[in-house]
Amino acid sequence: MPETAIRFEGVRKRLGAKDVLQGVDLSVPRGECLVVIGRSGSGKSVLLKHVIGLLLPDRGTVLVNGVDIASLDDEQLLEVREGMGMLFQSGALFDSMTVGENVGLALREHTPLGEPQIEMIVSEKLALVGLTGTELHRPSSLSGGMKKRAALARALAMNPKTMLYDEPTTGLDPITADVINRLIRRLQERLGITSIVVTHDMRSAYHVADRIAMLHEGRIHAVGTPAEIQATQDPVVRQFITGSSEGPLLPT
Amino acid sequence: MSETEAEATAAWPQRALLAWLQNVGEVFILLGSTLREIPSGARKVGLVVTQMEAVGLGSMPLTVIVALFTGAVAAVQASYQFRDYVPMIYLGTVIGKSVVIELGPVLTALVVGGRVSAAIAAELGTMRVTEQVDAMETLGISPIRYLVVPRFLATIIMLPILTIFADMVAILGGYLVAVLTLDVSSHTFTSGLRLYFKVQDVFSGLIKAFFFGMIIATMGCHYGLRSEGGAEGVGEATTRAVVASCLLILIVDYLLASFLFRVLFA
Repeated sequence: MPETAIRFEGVRKRLGAKDVLQGVDLSVPRGECLVVIGRSGSGKSVLLKHVIGLLLPDRGTVLVNGVDIASLDDEQLLEVREGMGMLFQSGALFDSMTVGENVGLALREHTPLGEPQIEMIVSEKLALVGLTGTELHRPSSLSGGMKKRAALARALAMNPKTMLYDEPTTGLDPITADVINRLIRRLQERLGITSIVVTHDMRSAYHVADRIAMLHEGRIHAVGTPAEIQATQDPVVRQFITGSSEGPLLPT
Repeated sequence: MSETEAEATAAWPQRALLAWLQNVGEVFILLGSTLREIPSGARKVGLVVTQMEAVGLGSMPLTVIVALFTGAVAAVQASYQFRDYVPMIYLGTVIGKSVVIELGPVLTALVVGGRVSAAIAAELGTMRVTEQVDAMETLGISPIRYLVVPRFLATIIMLPILTIFADMVAILGGYLVAVLTLDVSSHTFTSGLRLYFKVQDVFSGLIKAFFFGMIIATMGCHYGLRSEGGAEGVGEATTRAVVASCLLILIVDYLLASFLFRVLFA
């Protein structure tokens, strides 16, 4: 059985007055691409932020490579994060820096590499996401899709072992979305990166997933391969994947 | 009043007190981690210098104008109160002393505090609500080291320097008004200025400025980093940072004055 890279055990999280996660149990084997689907506001991003320690569970544990994230001090947490990359929904590029500086920041901070090598890696990563020659652009001059791709290049700069994607294709045109989907798949297949993708784009989910988990009412409602999920008779999952307004899920 | 309303009313002071204590606790935690990160954050010389330019050079015109008129009005007010009672030789003395001990550091801190703590809170607040601070953490970069320490160092270095300028310009303002409009000779003013001059007065002002710098940077960073909820949240954080800076500057001014002049230099 493959080694577990990420494991949630009874994770509960309350934010404000809302119990967002109400006992999430989930494990992701090393090298797997797990897609978490669920409605807007169901806590998918919250779940993702627990993996990288941006949020800590109120109860339960999140284990990354067998280590409880909540038990780490700041320095240890920063080290764990160096081996991870996260793509934020909005891109979250640093707008005081150029695209090139964004992508190269982690390399400048964490590696002894010289400027020519860093510049080489930066252009390589930008080429990977189809943004060759944008090093000197400011994030504010990029379109939404370009921002997201630049942010992906930044997340990949340190060759992470684990990638977390928060809505990687939302707001992108279908062609760019397909580029991102293929890229996620390629990274996972060629480099064996463990990935968690949070999305409500089912097309993207079927494309990239080894397994799909549905988060519903603070718990993992269903887990299965894309084929299993497509064939399920569970009314909640069926309604979600077919995008119907009729069924047990009410419009919010 | 129903029972639940009564409960809610009874719980309100407790909730407010708890929220306030939590806020104060967070400020001290931030200050503690900032002080701990100073040795590593200080190596980012480029970031510190950029912030020093923003805090110091950026605030210089404002500081000079405020100081010039502070000195000028001090001269007018003092000469009005001295008339018929106190010899005008003491005009320079009282302006010099009041400027270096109190007016220079406090007014500079209030003016710079408004400008700088708002700028810090707005910038870090925007970074927080657009997930840039989270993104920085996911890259394994400490926001305290990368964002807070450079602003903290820049402010505690630049505020005493701005205060020295403010002291000089304010005394110049007082001198100009005294000599040009109050019939006080240049010699009388400068003799008065030298009379009872103590270097410790200047130091006390600079010690105050150093602490005021800590307050300004800490409040700006604290409210900026904990802002939430988009543009409205950033606006609220900015307002709170300015209000908290100004209030704390005045409160700490009293505490420092009591310590410096009743204990240290007594």
